[in-house]
Amino acid sequence: MVVQFDILRKEKKAEKQYTQSIRYEYENPNESVANALRQINRRQERKDIKGNPVSVIKWECSCLQKKCGACAMLINGKPGLACDARLAAYKTETIRLAPLRKFPVVEDLIVDRSILYENLKEMEAWLAGQPELREQGYEAAYEGSRCLQCGCCLEICPNFYAGGNFFGMASMVPVARILEELNENDRKSLIKEYKKHIYSGCGKSLACRNICPAQIDIEGLLLNSNALSVWKAGLRRHGGV
Amino acid sequence: MEKINIIGAGLAGLSAAITLAEGGYESNLISLQYSERAQSVLAEGGINAALDTMGEGDTVNEHYEDTMKGGGMLANPVAVRRLTKNAPDTVLWLKSLGVPFYQENGTIILRNFGGQKKKRTAYAKSSTGKVIMNALIDGARKYEKKGLIRRYPHHEFIKLLLSKPADGQKICRGVQIKDRYSDSILKLYGIVILASGGMNGVFPGMTTGTTQNSGEVTATIFAQGVALSNLEMLQYHPTTIGISGKRCLVTEAARGEGGRLYVVRNGRPWYFMEEKYPVLKNLMPRDIVSREMYLTVREKECEQQVYLDMTGLKDKVWEHKLSDLRNEILYYRKLDPKNTPIPVEPGIHYFMGGIHTDEYHRTNIDGVYAAGECTSLYHGANRLGGNSMLGAVYGGKTAAMHIMKNAEEKGHDFAEKTKEESMESYRAESMESLGEESMEAPAEASEEFVSALGNILYDGLGIVRNEGRLKFAMGKVSQLEAACHNDREKNRILLAKAMLNSAIIRKESRGAHYREDYPDRQDEYYRKITLARYEEQQLEVDFVQIQGDPGISSE
Ligand SMILES: Cc1cc2nc3c(=O)[nH]c(=O)nc-3n(C[C@H](O)[C@H](O)[C@H](O)COP(=O)(O)OP(=O)(O)OC[C@H]3O[C@@H](n4cnc5c(N)ncnc54)[C@H](O)[C@@H]3O)c2cc1C
Ligand code: SF4
Ligand code: SF4
Ligand code: FES
Repeated sequence: MVVQFDILRKEKKAEKQYTQSIRYEYENPNESVANALRQINRRQERKDIKGNPVSVIKWECSCLQKKCGACAMLINGKPGLACDARLAAYKTETIRLAPLRKFPVVEDLIVDRSILYENLKEMEAWLAGQPELREQGYEAAYEGSRCLQCGCCLEICPNFYAGGNFFGMASMVPVARILEELNENDRKSLIKEYKKHIYSGCGKSLACRNICPAQIDIEGLLLNSNALSVWKAGLRRHGGV
Repeated sequence: MEKINIIGAGLAGLSAAITLAEGGYESNLISLQYSERAQSVLAEGGINAALDTMGEGDTVNEHYEDTMKGGGMLANPVAVRRLTKNAPDTVLWLKSLGVPFYQENGTIILRNFGGQKKKRTAYAKSSTGKVIMNALIDGARKYEKKGLIRRYPHHEFIKLLLSKPADGQKICRGVQIKDRYSDSILKLYGIVILASGGMNGVFPGMTTGTTQNSGEVTATIFAQGVALSNLEMLQYHPTTIGISGKRCLVTEAARGEGGRLYVVRNGRPWYFMEEKYPVLKNLMPRDIVSREMYLTVREKECEQQVYLDMTGLKDKVWEHKLSDLRNEILYYRKLDPKNTPIPVEPGIHYFMGGIHTDEYHRTNIDGVYAAGECTSLYHGANRLGGNSMLGAVYGGKTAAMHIMKNAEEKGHDFAEKTKEESMESYRAESMESLGEESMEAPAEASEEFVSALGNILYDGLGIVRNEGRLKFAMGKVSQLEAACHNDREKNRILLAKAMLNSAIIRKESRGAHYREDYPDRQDEYYRKITLARYEEQQLEVDFVQIQGDPGISSE
């Protein structure tokens, strides 16, 4: 089988991005974009379709099994994990690879996602007191522990931009775990932050839910956290009361 | 006092940073990528501690004995005593940081895991590593905001900054790192804790771990004079499947719940483990299962592939206990393990050997500590499932505690100093050059070279070893050495030779090290550590005595 990658590239110190097209042959029906990039980078001679030399394609990866969020990028325009994207699943003859657009591009497919971490710091997202994990809160605490900080949900969200006041689901998910484990008193200041940076800015279209590569129950956590911080506790999804 | 520099932001690095911050000490937390990307997030099964919540009368002593015996009596007994004694407090510390371990009425529920006789493993579904990491990341954030922990999250370790006074003992003054985003090189002064994980990149594509753990740190510091030990001890997990670019773990729970291994012999399935080991059957320790798989596919009339048959498991088990595993296999293999046996092979899963430390996690060089999977301390010749996360969390903590205790004894006034140092001036200071040292980043080892070396080592250091194959591999490594382009490649050659040499001189079989030419264990000669050193351009691998009395018979 053969596919053409159109890769949007950028040198480190350069401003301008450019596209390079590379032909790639493969046999394994499960071949992923991640492995294709590894194989291309391993070639002794890398050439584009016109025969021009191609430098090593820079991208980030770590686990290669959908569990670390490192390899998020735009694949045919849609945010996803390169190690989760099967070449055979794309019906097109070319597959376009580009860096996520909401974050500054470092080089090629690598973006600087530090805003995710800055936002959580800004919200002071940590346990201020001793955790009080009630049995009915277990599922939510577990689910809220699963975020990869990959940024796919932010990429798709119409309301998020880096540096803006709305922090998106990449902040909501970890905060949901903390809210669940804090007692009512210790929860107060985080609730304030939650209202300011998550509740008030979210249009609730839930485009983010379908894109999350970890398939986190974003809707459930959102309802749960909204219930804990804004509405009446009786409306909680996870565990109920 | 300068900040403490921690290389690696997985379980060991985070645990060290938080412990230091709790004591009011500042640290730099340096990693190639953010903590969410560290290998620790992949850990599934759980973490061990004799909390004895299941009414089985479990004790610290039994945890100690299981760990020592599982490790072929090669681990440091003093360190293992401390590890197992402090395991319950370590797990409770994690709980206090908010880790949602599975609990009933506030009590942590333990499960059977890793070949231990009693229920001793705390867990959270099949994502124990992920939930622990998440709580530690949130816990560290508090101190990041206060400035007690400073992250360098896309930074690569370059080398230790060593000085050598007249008396000849090397001292570590700090560490040189490179920002992979801006390419700038920084020097950070102060004590160093290495927490850089296992040496996956020595065997590229052949391990269950991450690509991030390239083995570069271990190779570099070895060439700089930090001693390594027990390098021949590699754990092969019996059940992994090859996926695009790596090996994916099929959890032990698959066999725990009734999965059976077979090969096709004369056209029919032969459940070889059940026949050869009628009592424990498919649940024999990892090294034995892996070895039997290796030997069985080489027997007469047997086909080359081992299968894991889970078709007999009840619907309830699939639903409640193995749903993640089923989804994974469906995803990667397009096979439903509920209806079809799946082909499995052993794969490299854990490095018992690594940086040699004492029970306080000090290396042979003053000012350098090491913790987590990059070290060799608690697991001897084989590691029990669930003990490595414990070793990483407790190890990071222990290194941090020792640094603080030492500092207090020396009477430094840290609080004063930390206030003075603003981030900006610190940055300027760390940019200042140390005289003549190079501020250039070294050239990287080529992928081609790394994979050629990996293949040679894999052939030599397989599940079943012998002198001939090991020496053949050594010869190949020497050939490859001639084609070395740069220092990083040379360092990798050194590490490779040290690994092979350790396996060559251990003329016995123990734990994960199985020599078909010396199939028996020889306590009299070989209940010793293989210690590898590189000094004055000389590579040496020798046996050294294990300090401390294990207090139990080795049978
Ligand atoms: C699939 C799988 C399942 C497992 N299941 C279990 C289990 O159930 N129970 C258990 O106890 N153990 C388990 N383990 C083992 C356990 O997860 C690891 O041993 C442990 O998490 C290691 O933690 P660590 O902090 O030492 O290293 P890691 O988490 O590997 O972190 C290493 C850190 O070092 C950094 N680093 C590496 N190289 C460099 C460099 N050159 N420059 C700068 N930084 C660098 C990385 O960025 C990373 O932050 C499992 C392992 C795997 C792979
Ligand atoms: S629900 Fe809509 S607005 Fe809210 S985070 Fe998701 S995509 Fe953004
Ligand atoms: S919520 Fe999902 S999509 Fe968003 S950062 Fe976390 S894992 Fe990624
Ligand atoms: S490499 Fe970890 S999610 Fe793709």
